[in-house]
Amino acid sequence: MSAENPLTPKQQLTIEKSAPGRRAARFDRAQKPASAYLPASCLRKSAPRLPELSEFDVVRHYSNLARLNFSLDTHFYPLGSCTMKYNPKCNEEAASMPGFASAHPQAPDSAVQGTLRFLYELESMLCALTGLDAFTLQPAAGAHGEFVGIMLARAYHLSRGDKGRTEIVVPDSAHGTNPASASMGGFSVVTVKSGADGRVHPEELRKYVGPKTAMVMLTIPNTAGLFEKDIEKISAIVHEAGALLYMDGANFNALIGLVRPADLGVDLMHLNLHKTFSTPHGGGGPGSGPVGVRKHLIPFLPSPRVALKDGKYSLEDAGPQSIGRVKSFAANTGVALKAFCYLLQHSAQSLREISESAIISANYLRVKLKAMFPSHFDTYCMHECVLSTVPEKLGGVKTMDVAKRLLDKGFYAPTVYFPLIVPEALMIEPTETESKAALDSFVQAMTEIYQEAQKDPELLKSAPHNLPVRRLDEVGAARTPNLRWN
Amino acid sequence: MYVSITPKEREEMLAVIGVSSFDELVGQVPAKFLRPDIKFHQAHNEPELMARLEKLAADNKKLLCFAGGGAYDHFVPAAVRYLASKGEFVTAYTPYQAEASQGTLQAIYEYQSSICALLGMDVSNASVYDGATALVEAVGASMRLTGRKNVVVPQALHPHYLQALKTYYAADPDFKVTVVPCPNGLMNPAAYEAALKDAACAVLAVPNFYGCIENVHDLSAKAAKAGALVVAAVNPVSLGVLAAPGEYGADFAIAEGQPLGNPLHYGGPYLGIFACKKAHMRQIPGRICGITKDADGKRAFVLTLQAREQHIRREKAASNICSNEALCALTATIHLAMLGPEGLREAAELNVERAHVAAEKLAALPGFSLRFKQPFFNEFVLKCPGPAKKLRDAALQDAILAGIPLEGELSDCLLLCCTEQRTGKDIDLLCSVLRKHANVR
Repeated sequence: MSAENPLTPKQQLTIEKSAPGRRAARFDRAQKPASAYLPASCLRKSAPRLPELSEFDVVRHYSNLARLNFSLDTHFYPLGSCTMKYNPKCNEEAASMPGFASAHPQAPDSAVQGTLRFLYELESMLCALTGLDAFTLQPAAGAHGEFVGIMLARAYHLSRGDKGRTEIVVPDSAHGTNPASASMGGFSVVTVKSGADGRVHPEELRKYVGPKTAMVMLTIPNTAGLFEKDIEKISAIVHEAGALLYMDGANFNALIGLVRPADLGVDLMHLNLHKTFSTPHGGGGPGSGPVGVRKHLIPFLPSPRVALKDGKYSLEDAGPQSIGRVKSFAANTGVALKAFCYLLQHSAQSLREISESAIISANYLRVKLKAMFPSHFDTYCMHECVLSTVPEKLGGVKTMDVAKRLLDKGFYAPTVYFPLIVPEALMIEPTETESKAALDSFVQAMTEIYQEAQKDPELLKSAPHNLPVRRLDEVGAARTPNLRWN
Repeated sequence: MYVSITPKEREEMLAVIGVSSFDELVGQVPAKFLRPDIKFHQAHNEPELMARLEKLAADNKKLLCFAGGGAYDHFVPAAVRYLASKGEFVTAYTPYQAEASQGTLQAIYEYQSSICALLGMDVSNASVYDGATALVEAVGASMRLTGRKNVVVPQALHPHYLQALKTYYAADPDFKVTVVPCPNGLMNPAAYEAALKDAACAVLAVPNFYGCIENVHDLSAKAAKAGALVVAAVNPVSLGVLAAPGEYGADFAIAEGQPLGNPLHYGGPYLGIFACKKAHMRQIPGRICGITKDADGKRAFVLTLQAREQHIRREKAASNICSNEALCALTATIHLAMLGPEGLREAAELNVERAHVAAEKLAALPGFSLRFKQPFFNEFVLKCPGPAKKLRDAALQDAILAGIPLEGELSDCLLLCCTEQRTGKDIDLLCSVLRKHANVR
C-alpha cells in the first residue's frame, strides 16, 4: 500500500472498502443474546475484523476480481501436465441439482441411493478404462491419491510378513508430490536417473530395485511427455523384485480409451478427475484423486467402500486390513459427479478420440515450434511436448521471459522449468479441446516472441506490459511476508 | 464429444507432423497395448444426460435436516453461489503466473485475512482438503516442532478425524494417540492432565463431536504448562459468538470450512481451514499468498514462502499437498464478506437459540432427556427411550433426518443439530415425529 501509488477502487481489498454499519445478508434476530444461553467464559471478546459491505459492493468487488484472471473459459491455457481441457457446463448444472447438493453425508444409505449409485457406477467406469479391479473415490486430489497408494503398498507388504521394504523408487523426472508422498508414508526415497532420451532405462532401474523396494512410482506418459517404451521390461524388473508398480495417472489424458494401465503391469494408480475427466480446477482445487488397484490390493483400500447388494447401494466398512480413512466422509462427491457426467457423454470410441486428438495437437505444436524452441527430446511425444528456450540464441532471454510475454499476447504460459531434467523447459499441453485455429494463433504468438527476442530482448525481459500488474517481486514477498490484513 | 479438431484438420495436422497415420505417432507404445476392447456404455447426448441425472437426483430423499456431525445445513445467500460460479474463477488453474491470476490471488489473500480474523490467528494457508486433513497437518507440524510423538485427543473428537490421524501416522512406530474419556461430555480433567506428559499437542475440539463446549482457557493453559502445543478444532460459524482460538492461545487452529457457504454434497468438496501462530509459519502445508510489488511499485499478490512446498523440497517438504480446495475457499471468503461481523453474529446467535429451544422441547418429551449437561452451540445429544438408529430410520417416513444415531454406550442417543435454517415450526414437527415413533424398537 505505497503512498506514491494510490490504489483505485478496483484494486482495493474488501476490508479497504468496508464502512461501519453497512450490511449485506441479514437473518432473524434471536430473541435473546448468546450470553443468555452460554457462560461468559465460552464467548468471544471482540468481533472479527471482517469487511462490512452491501451485497452490491460484494458482487461488484468479486466480479471485478474475476476479470483480472486468465481462465480456460477466456484464454488458451497450455499448462503442461495440468490438462486444461474445456469444463462442460452441463456437468456444473448437474452438480448444482438440489437432490445431490443437499444430500447430508451422515444420511442413511436408503436416503442417498442416487448419490451412492453414481459413485458406484463411476468406480466401475474407471475400472473399465484402466483394466484395474477396484477404485476408491476417497482421495481429494492427486497427491492425496499418491499417499493412499503408498499406504496401500505398506499394508500389502506387511500383510505378507515382508517388513524389509523401506524404499520407494522414483525417477528424477517425477512431479514433486511423488517423493513428498513417499516420505510422508514413512519410506525413504530412491531417485533413479532418466536416460538422455527422457525415459527410465531398465538396466539403470535394475540397480535400484531389490528386496528393500516397496514400490516403483512411474508417471505414464512421463513428465517429458514420453511413453516408457520399455514398460514391459520395467514391469518385469519391479515384479521379480517383489515390489509393486504404481502409475501416477496425472497424464492419463494421453491414454484414455487407447491404453489400459493394467495391461502394462500396473498394480495400482491414481487418476486426476480434475485433469483427464474435465472437472474444473477452481483456481487450485477442489480436485479428486481416485485410486485404482488390482485384486491383490483390494482388501487394503480405504474405508468406506461403496457396495451394491440386492439392488441397494450402501457404504460399507472396508474390513480389518484396510489402511483406514484419509479424509472425512466418502469422497469429493460433487467433483465425482462432474466426472460421471463427462464419462456418460462418451463411448469407448469417443474416449479414444480424446487421447488421439490430444497427442496429435501436442505433436503439431512441437513440430511447428521446434525450429525456434528446440524440442528437447526430439521425438514423437504423447499429449504434451517439452521445448527449451535457448538464451544464447535469444539475447539472453529465458523461459520465464517467454512465459511473461505470452501473457501479454493473451495466452496463459506453459508450465515452466519443469521437468527439472530439461534446461529452460517450456512444457506445453494443448489438450484435445483447443481448435486448430487456436493452436495456430499460439504458434503465431510464439513466433512473434521469437522475433522480438532477436530485435529487442529487453521487451521480453521486462514483460508483461499489458496486464493489470507488471512483473512481480517474488523475493521481496518471501523476505517480508504480508499474508493478511491487520 | 468436446474434441475441437475436425477430421479434415486432423489429416492436415498429421501431414504437418510428417506421419502418414496416427499409429506412427504412438510407435513408442508397444502395439499389443493399443486400442484394447473396452466395455463401455453408449454416449449420452445432453438431453439424455440431464434426464438421467434428474432421475438419479430424485433417488435421493428430500429431508428436513437435523443432522450435523461435521457437515451443516446453513443458509447461503444467492450472491455467494453466483460469484463463485464465475468461469474466470472456476476454470482457472493454481495461480502460477501471478500477473495473469491477480483475481484468484487477491481472493486467496482475502480468504487468509478473513480466516485469521475469524480464528484470531496470525497466519492462514490457502486451504487443505477438509477438516480431518487439516487436523492431520496440524498434528504433524506439532510433532516436528516439539520432537514429541504423543498426541492427546478427546474421546469426543469427530471419529473421522481420529481415523484419518491414525491412517496418516500408521508408519511411525513412535506415534501414539492418547484418547481422553469424556464421560460427562467434556474431557475428564485428571485424565487430560495425565495425558499431557510428553505430549506433542493437545487437540481441543470446540464444540466437540457431542456438541459440548470445553473450558478452553483452562485446558489451553494446562497444555502450555506441560510443554504441549494446542491445536484447536473448531466450527467456523460458532466463532460468531464463541471464543476464537487465538483468544485462548492456540498454536494451531483448524476447522471444517464447509459451513461457510459450501453445499453439503454428501461429504465434499469441503474446505480444510488451517491457521497458526506466526512462530510456526515455516511448518504450514500448501500454498500461501502474500503481498508484493510489481516493477512499478504497485501492490500485487503472489504465492510465497514456497520453500516449504513439495515442488521445491520434494521428499523434505512440509506436506505433499499440491491441489487444495481453492474454489471452496473462495466461496467461504465471499460468504464471510456477505455476512460481515454483524451477519455472522446474528447467524451464530440464531443457531444457539434454535438449538436450545429444540433441546428444551425434546428433553420434555416423555422418555427423552439431554444426555450431557454442558454448554453447546448448535448440536446436542438426546437420550431416547429406545435404539436411536431405529428412531432415526422411522423418522425418515416423515421426511425428517432426525440427527445421527451414536454408537456403543450411546446407542440410545441421537446427535441433533439446529442451524438458523430450522424454524420453530420445524422444531415442533421434529418433536411430534419423535414422540410418534418413541416406542419403535
